[in-house]
Amino acid sequence: MTVNLNFDPIRLPPECQALRAEARAFLAEEIATGTFDPHRPGDGDSHDRAFSRRVGARGWIGMTWPRPYGGHERSHLERYVVTEEFRAANAPDHFHFVADRQSGPILLKYAPEHVKKDILPRICRGELCFAIGMSEPGSGSDLFAAKAKASKVDGGWRINGSKIWTTSAHVADYMLALFRTSPPSKENRRHGLTQFLVDMKSPGIAVNPIYQMTGQRGFNEVVFVDAFVPDDYVMGEIDGAWKQATSELAYERSGPERFLETFYVLVGLIRALGPQPDLRGAEGLGRLVAQLHTLRRMSVSVAGMLQAGKEPVVEGSIVKDLGTLWEQKLPGRVRELAAFLEPEIINRAPLADQLAFATMIAPKLTIQGGTTEILRGIIARGLGLR
Amino acid sequence: MAGESQHLVADAAARIFADLAEPSAINRAENGGWKEPLWRALGDAGLTLAWVPEALGGSGASLADGFAVLGVAGRFALAVPLAETLAAGWLLACAGLEAPLTPMTLAPVRPRDRVAADADGKLSGRAGGVPFAQDCRHIAVLADGGERPVIALVEIKDCRLSEGRNLAGDAMNVVTFDRAKPLRSAPVPGGFGRSHLLLMGSTIRSVATAGALEAILALSLAYARQRVAFERPIGKFQAVQQNLARLAGEVAAALAAAGSAADAIAQAAAFDEAVFLEAASAKIRVAEAAAEGAAIAHQVFGAIGFTREHMLHRFTLRMLSWRDDFGSESYWAAELGRHVARRGADEFWPLVAAR
Repeated sequence: MTVNLNFDPIRLPPECQALRAEARAFLAEEIATGTFDPHRPGDGDSHDRAFSRRVGARGWIGMTWPRPYGGHERSHLERYVVTEEFRAANAPDHFHFVADRQSGPILLKYAPEHVKKDILPRICRGELCFAIGMSEPGSGSDLFAAKAKASKVDGGWRINGSKIWTTSAHVADYMLALFRTSPPSKENRRHGLTQFLVDMKSPGIAVNPIYQMTGQRGFNEVVFVDAFVPDDYVMGEIDGAWKQATSELAYERSGPERFLETFYVLVGLIRALGPQPDLRGAEGLGRLVAQLHTLRRMSVSVAGMLQAGKEPVVEGSIVKDLGTLWEQKLPGRVRELAAFLEPEIINRAPLADQLAFATMIAPKLTIQGGTTEILRGIIARGLGLR
Repeated sequence: MAGESQHLVADAAARIFADLAEPSAINRAENGGWKEPLWRALGDAGLTLAWVPEALGGSGASLADGFAVLGVAGRFALAVPLAETLAAGWLLACAGLEAPLTPMTLAPVRPRDRVAADADGKLSGRAGGVPFAQDCRHIAVLADGGERPVIALVEIKDCRLSEGRNLAGDAMNVVTFDRAKPLRSAPVPGGFGRSHLLLMGSTIRSVATAGALEAILALSLAYARQRVAFERPIGKFQAVQQNLARLAGEVAAALAAAGSAADAIAQAAAFDEAVFLEAASAKIRVAEAAAEGAAIAHQVFGAIGFTREHMLHRFTLRMLSWRDDFGSESYWAAELGRHVARRGADEFWPLVAAR
């Protein structure tokens, strides 16, 4: 049998390189005015409403969406360029990024017209932050074991239960979340979940912080007690959310954010090694560069397939699997390669603080948004083994 | 980017390989009698001199077409000097030299080896690890000349060869030139040097290795579905599925890196910095994938895959050998690391994002 893994070499068209120059100029300006520090780890994880509004004003949120909804009808490759420039620069894009990457596309596909008209343009202006409600205290990777419930009432649904590890819930305006609307059927344990758009300002929603081991407030527990969701905030088929899950995966999984989360330590290493590294430093650095280059070319290739209207689910999962493992191991490799440098050189780079931070966040990289094990299950299914 | 032309020429090559170089049949062959008809068919199809312009005696195919053929050759673990003949033809054409209709190899394939041309144009020096030298009639050589490098075509019989084999049992010789007189030679155009030859050769190996990895993924999947243990096909076990998913990841990385490097060379007007990044990165990452992928495939196959009788070694041992040709991954990693360090931290991302 033949397996068709497609990673055609994509050459970014000229408009992408022009856009790249614009994005770099914009980011340089933001750095100059003190919005963020490209070398300070953690800046890239922060929510900055004002920054997101300025990004929106440049037309860089909802880039691929239709104009009637505030989008800009640009290509996936153009969106790719902006995303990678922001990630490589450590820009604080978390306020708008999830909405741009995955919530907006779900709304585009499943929301009623008046909801799209209401919400999508505000996402594009950088005014809205989205959270994703999937994991619960008793279920994580096993998405379809979710228990939080939605019960039908007049004009909508009452939701009860908890979501957990919810990134950005404390600043989010909306959440796209799965709730159980029926028990699973005998034939299909995935049956019975429905996707809802939840206005986080609704009464009956409590957001409790969960501090991460880095000291950051990255995620939350969200408790729903008789919170109301109107009928027109049901996304797609009732009880059929599982059918909607797969096609968004390629968007979520294959982007540059899946291998650039610890990129700053590589830049720090290059600075610390200086212009004439010894053989060990040069060889170690060269391998990391080759691995990064390969991941990027894979990711660009998936963006090209998305642009061509394909749904490269297996390829996207492979990019996330390889990419997150790489960015997770990167701090350890950099630490080894910097081991024999003078402490003052490392401090000047400023590599020590970067390494400390990257080492702490590394474990989450292969967990969030689909664990390594889940991804490999998806890949194995794509290979025909399941 | 695989276009219509690449599909046509790759299909033509695949038909020839399937008929005359099917790996399990070759693995059973008692002798090398299969080589002659295979080589004749490849020559008749114009594949051996694909990278030689028609004016110089070749078939004038594009670089992209040639790379497509080499990817297919990798999928068959091809054990004749097709890649070497293509590369030799390309090298000769770089100096405007005609190519003979014989199996060719080329030198140097190791970064430290040097061959020098004297004032009379005679060549002296040693080149190690030359693939298939004893099976070829001619060798294309890049030699240091007085002012500019020289490309020369030399008859193998005018060189001294040491006996040698690579891990897969393919001939691999140390070729010694002792005032060897070339059949023809010419100075190369300005700027062309050893690194160009090594980058081109590396990409040829990267593309073939990616093809071989595709083949071992397909073989491993078929075996995992068919082999039963503990009353289930082994492919039903999560541990095996995870390994095969990792193998698919290595195959994907190799395909992407090699394909991108080949495309960069096929499109580039010159061997510029972008080609260096692409071709060096591909050689490094594909070699890593070869090591990782070979280990996983052997783990899936267990003892049967470790036998001479099974064809798996035709792929795995060849891939592992190819890592050493035209600069190992360690060599290129050091070169790439030095280059990146020289450019400096602030110029790193612009280099990565150039294409």
